[in-house]
Amino acid sequence: MTAPTTRRAWLRGGLTTAAGLAVASCDKLTQSPQVNATLDGAESLNRRLHGLFVGRSALAREYDRSAISPDFRANGTTNPDSEEYQALAAGGFADWRLQIGGLVERPLSLSLADLQAAPARSQITRHDCVEGWSSIAQWRGARLGPLLTRAGLKPQARYIAFFCADTLELTLDGSGDYYETIAIADAFHPQTILAYEMNDAPLPVAHGAPIRLRLERQLGYKMAKYVMRIEAIDSFETLGRGRGGYWEDRGYQWYAGI
Amino acid sequence: MPLDKPLEGGRLLVFRHPAVVRITHWVNLASLVVLLLSGLQILCSHPAFYWGETARFAEPFAAIVSEMGNDGEPRSRLIAPGLNIDTTGLLGASKNADGLMTSRAIPHWLTLPGELDLGAGRRWHFFFAWLFVLNGALYLATGLLSRRLQRELVPTRDQLSHIGHALRDHLRLRFARGEEARRYNVLQKLTYLPVVFGLLPLMVLTGLAMSPAVDARLHLAMVLGGRQTARTLHFLCASGLVAFVVVHVGMVVLAGPVNELRSMITGWFVIKPAEEDTP
Repeated sequence: MTAPTTRRAWLRGGLTTAAGLAVASCDKLTQSPQVNATLDGAESLNRRLHGLFVGRSALAREYDRSAISPDFRANGTTNPDSEEYQALAAGGFADWRLQIGGLVERPLSLSLADLQAAPARSQITRHDCVEGWSSIAQWRGARLGPLLTRAGLKPQARYIAFFCADTLELTLDGSGDYYETIAIADAFHPQTILAYEMNDAPLPVAHGAPIRLRLERQLGYKMAKYVMRIEAIDSFETLGRGRGGYWEDRGYQWYAGI
Repeated sequence: MPLDKPLEGGRLLVFRHPAVVRITHWVNLASLVVLLLSGLQILCSHPAFYWGETARFAEPFAAIVSEMGNDGEPRSRLIAPGLNIDTTGLLGASKNADGLMTSRAIPHWLTLPGELDLGAGRRWHFFFAWLFVLNGALYLATGLLSRRLQRELVPTRDQLSHIGHALRDHLRLRFARGEEARRYNVLQKLTYLPVVFGLLPLMVLTGLAMSPAVDARLHLAMVLGGRQTARTLHFLCASGLVAFVVVHVGMVVLAGPVNELRSMITGWFVIKPAEEDTP
């Protein structure tokens, strides 16, 4: 009768040890750079596959007015506290200028009125937050593609970077300032706009006044609010901590199509 | 197919599971464990569920709600249809690895990684989602092409007509002997079939539906009734899988864990001789 008892004890001991080892090694595993680099491979695969199967121009679904959310949540910064931004907001953004520069032939400096006069698009789309919730709103804004064409992208340009007025984390080196980078192809997608209007009213401060990026086929954190400056760049390694965005620097995926 | 090997006492060693079934079974288990734990990590960032396309934040279908008590300690409740219970200590507020009470939907020992880290949770989730999908595709392709799945999982007419008998045997924990033990009984088939062709594919579909990029091409969210419906179904299907695993492991333990585990590791399964008095 000892055999089953021994076996059971051995099993129980083995399982307890395995569970203990699993928990201890879990922490090591989740913090290992090699493991994380391997796991990130899936994100590159998703990006390539989406490029192949979703295509460059497939449109995100657009909705009826009746679908608009009455309780669209404002996430991240809801009112940038810098003196510069507060002064611009107090003046109704009359003094605000959007700089479009970097790897372009003709840098632009655009007022809100200039943007409103540029080729525009209006769309009622769903905003998918990385946290899991979604809300629907109507957006109107200047299409980014024609603006970049006007500025004239240099051939080495590979990404478009957005620099924002909000600081989410106070750091000495400024790496807590919000910024984002997106692929050129996504910048020229017909639904990619610099929105200055939300639900038929000027874009509220909580949602990124005077303009926020709308990148409808990707997650909310890609859609930078309070955009002050846009640059065409060939690499984002020298920006922030080098991962292509405020949240990307803190472990989020750069592509964010899932 | 390897031949049966007779053992003492009229028992018979039969070859039950080919290598591809055994390997995909364990890879599936490993990927489901990682997907569950990293999925619970992702859930921590917004522990509320809704139906339809968008979140109506004030009226979730179900939610884990945390708030700070007067004593400075977090309190939490689980709210679901017909349910509003204090879950402090488990869901919504639990002790972290250092023993401090913290506001978090799922306790640290049930999430991957243990600390709150949405980006890392998503990294694990999407990597193992690929492993799960490729492994599942291998299982389905080999099973369907060899017609093993049709043979093993579809109940026969005869089995279906004796389902009441099978249910009584099952409840009395009388497990099949003799020739009957060479195949799955009707209750196993009626469980495995909807898990393999229902719950597991639904996990993939509801997961894909939540991707805004995939949604631009396939409109899966609309087909399923909205992105938040897809997310809620994703969670409910995962809960269904957890329930399945609990019962599945329970049955393995009751039916003879050594024999069952050996059959899923080596392929060889011992069947006991049929009893004379079996009706």
